[in-house]
Amino acid sequence: MGGTSSKLPKDLLSEYQELTFLTKQEILLAHKIFSELQGRENGPYGSRVSMEKVLTLPELKSNPFRKRICHVFSTSDMKDGSLSFEDFLDLLSAFSDSATLEIKSHYAFRIFDFDDDGTLDGRDLEKLVNCLTGETDDTRLTAEEMRQLISNILEESDIDKDGTVNLSEFQHVISRSPDFVSSFKIVL
Amino acid sequence: MAGRVSFGSDLVTDIESPADEDGVHDSFSQLIQEQCHDLHDVIEMTPLDVEQESRDDFMYMEAPGYQRSDSDGPQQTDHLIGERWSSDTLKVLSSMPSRTIGRSRGAIISQYCNRTMQLRRHRQSRPSIQHFPRSARPSIRGYRVETDGAGFEEEESKRERLVNNLQNLSAHDRVRVLRAMPLSVAEKKELRMLVLNKAEHSVSQSQIPCCSQLKYYIIIALRHGWYGWLSFLSSLQLWQTALKCVGGRFGTGVLSYFVFLRTLLFFNVFLFLVTGLFLVVPQAIAHPEQNITVSSTWGLEVLTGAGYFSHSLLYYGYYSNQKLQTGHSCPPSKNVTSCSPGLSYNMPLVYFFTIGAAFFITCIILVYSMSKSFGQSFRIDKSKGLLAIKVFSSWDFKVIKKSSVRLQRANIGTQLKELVAEVNRQELKFPVLQRLCRLLIHMVAWIMCLAIIIASVLAVYYFSEHMHKDLIRTHASSSDPLLKEASLLAVPVVVSSINLLLPGFFNAVAWMEEYDSPSVLNYVSISRNLLLKVSVLGVLCYHWLGRVASDPHSLGLECWESFVGQELYRFLLMDFVFMLLDTFFGEFLWRLFSQKALKRKRKPVFDIARNVLELIYGQSLAWLGVLFSPLLPAVQIIKLLFLFYMKKVSLMMNCQASGKPWRACQMTTIFITLLCFPAFLGAAVCVTYTMWTMSPSKSCGPFRGLRTMFQAGKLWVQELAEVNPNLQWLASAHTYLVENPLFLFLSAGIFLIVIYFHSQVVDGQRKIIELLQEQIENEGEDKKFLITRLQDIHERKKGVTPRRVKGASEDSSYS
Repeated sequence: MGGTSSKLPKDLLSEYQELTFLTKQEILLAHKIFSELQGRENGPYGSRVSMEKVLTLPELKSNPFRKRICHVFSTSDMKDGSLSFEDFLDLLSAFSDSATLEIKSHYAFRIFDFDDDGTLDGRDLEKLVNCLTGETDDTRLTAEEMRQLISNILEESDIDKDGTVNLSEFQHVISRSPDFVSSFKIVL
Repeated sequence: MAGRVSFGSDLVTDIESPADEDGVHDSFSQLIQEQCHDLHDVIEMTPLDVEQESRDDFMYMEAPGYQRSDSDGPQQTDHLIGERWSSDTLKVLSSMPSRTIGRSRGAIISQYCNRTMQLRRHRQSRPSIQHFPRSARPSIRGYRVETDGAGFEEEESKRERLVNNLQNLSAHDRVRVLRAMPLSVAEKKELRMLVLNKAEHSVSQSQIPCCSQLKYYIIIALRHGWYGWLSFLSSLQLWQTALKCVGGRFGTGVLSYFVFLRTLLFFNVFLFLVTGLFLVVPQAIAHPEQNITVSSTWGLEVLTGAGYFSHSLLYYGYYSNQKLQTGHSCPPSKNVTSCSPGLSYNMPLVYFFTIGAAFFITCIILVYSMSKSFGQSFRIDKSKGLLAIKVFSSWDFKVIKKSSVRLQRANIGTQLKELVAEVNRQELKFPVLQRLCRLLIHMVAWIMCLAIIIASVLAVYYFSEHMHKDLIRTHASSSDPLLKEASLLAVPVVVSSINLLLPGFFNAVAWMEEYDSPSVLNYVSISRNLLLKVSVLGVLCYHWLGRVASDPHSLGLECWESFVGQELYRFLLMDFVFMLLDTFFGEFLWRLFSQKALKRKRKPVFDIARNVLELIYGQSLAWLGVLFSPLLPAVQIIKLLFLFYMKKVSLMMNCQASGKPWRACQMTTIFITLLCFPAFLGAAVCVTYTMWTMSPSKSCGPFRGLRTMFQAGKLWVQELAEVNPNLQWLASAHTYLVENPLFLFLSAGIFLIVIYFHSQVVDGQRKIIELLQEQIENEGEDKKFLITRLQDIHERKKGVTPRRVKGASEDSSYS
């Protein structure tokens, strides 16, 4: 009931510990922050927090992929990017220190797949590069550079030459990059 | 499709047999072109096909996560061959296993069902005949395109099987598999509940004897304990918030410096615990009576480590060479019975073994972390796919400050532009003259750097000789003690100032050389700095072991080891003082100067490589000094603690994130390797040399009276052999294995052979990867072929005239 001290039941805590890559402290911290996001409406922790509220978190506020992250981890039927507590734990678990390369690359792929069609085609790659480089004119790539860049990327990573990068090809590229695991991290 | 798309037999004859000489080609697109030209017949429609067409519209409502494309003539281009596909073909394309595996829950469950099957097979001793292995990737046989209700049943049965498999795995495996599945927590909870319910069922139905139930409870208790221990360990994370703050603003590169600092701190804590527990505490309890009064000039004590400190626990000389007893110590005579009974603690032996064990364990930890780090950063086929790697993995999600995010975006934009230009530029043939010119500049720069390194090494050599002679002279005459103490600081000051100033000179030389790629610049500057530090340390070691130790009496020293320990203490401290000065002047004042006087907007950049090399230098001093001064790790710990906070404050105030790319993982590997090889190995070689050949002082320390420090171990083994004749083999093993160099040569030879075999294996794997890539390309061609035929069939069904496939020339500009 009410107040800020809605505790997480112990059996749920150990269950979450088994199912995610988070430690007990991290889960409790996540619970605390999530309760604050919910405001004082301490309903059951199954209630959802809207995407706007989630995006006020300092860890996500300036991230260019914030909206995609919310959409990917949200299990809401309305596809509005709202997160339940378990979705929030999913998010933190995928971005945690001990998550495996496979989980991280899986979710990275889904985050980069802007049109949710299961592959990264030319349009997805273009949106990705624009997210990476920013909006201002001097950092944006020109159309010619963009075309050249996408052609190079597809040449390097599209092994079966179907014009798109699917999950396996993406994971193959990622496995060659040792910095991915350390940069794909968010710590509360 | 649930059914099979039936290529009519007439089509089959159209396809040329691959055995035909003319039929051999290098691209399937040509074959497709030929096929379409030859096709005149209309394919007969079977009733099955008609049903299929109507089913097509319902096909993908069940597959979760899929967004249906418009069914009326979408004009999307699939880059398969640059043609426009109909909606049906697009639907087929979108439901290909390679595309659904990323998002469809059914595909994930199916994939993990196969994996758990494999895991079970590996765990069982005999594979069951019913469970034949499947590939990890769901084959077309395993995951068929659903048609209306069949889809749900298929998924359900897969789920059932997955639950079964999970139940049969061990608890540890089950947890691991559940964690690694990329499903949402809610679904995993469901799966887990199903598994546990099943387990409870089967458990309650069978009879468990009481002992296995006890085992069950013990295992559960152990597991809870293990989780508790892991949480406790992770809560001990030192400086977690500070590191997050630094990483959030400056990124992974600068963060790696602070993480390295923390690693060094843990090494020193370990050393301190070992030496403190085994050496300092026993000696402190049973302290020898010493009636030595020292004149102390209080001001300089902390800096020189001499004076009051010289006869304290800090140095080697304080430690006794006798068996410590509770009560009084007894002389090391042959007849032990004359000693009074009680706890006896053989100090020389313990000293020898403690130092040896500390070094050995540090070596193991270093080699382990080096190999782990190397394994992460080494990739078999490198230098391919730079752009793709850069685009997919260069965004650092840890950066959260808005200005840093903006900076990161600008950096990535610049790097991408540069990389694109570099990858696509035409090979410029530089005129020979220009290349020769550049070569000449590089050679000149290297000669300059080497010259200045040799000059500084000679300077240190002659200056230390001069101070040595000075010390001898002033010892003979009684002069001002304060000046005598202060002159001890002269050599450390000179060495530290060389370490401070010369890297700046190297930077200037590198700037003059104008390197193209920043990573080459990094490596060159690291190697120059390393060369400097290694040669300076080498000269100092010669000075201590060669000059001071060989003739201690000329300096009036009773205890040369304590003197060397003091020297190392002074060096360590001076290093710290100069780092303080460098931070203050180099970063703080430079920022003020560049902002006010030079009116530059950008703050200076934190030089990661230089700072890390300084840390490595300090650590090698600490390792050199452990033998002579067992409390030196404590000094190093205090120094590192101060350094962390100082560097962090200075970083926040004075620096900004760098514009150059920094490959954090690779550089971390290099730093750990540098820590292991020149630093630790050098220190270990020095200490081993001292223990093996140098004769210890006759009047102080735990090894007084022995020929070498090594004798302590040998005497103990001989003593054991005398007391207990059964242990004679120990003595002979000691003589033949430890003292005989042949054994070392043999083991080194075996290691080299093992390394050679491993490198051959890596070569073989590289070849296999190339072959597999070729095979995947060929499969891709097959896929294109099939899709095109599918499209043609659908078009014929609808009575559209067959369009000509444009073929190779119309291949998408993207591929």
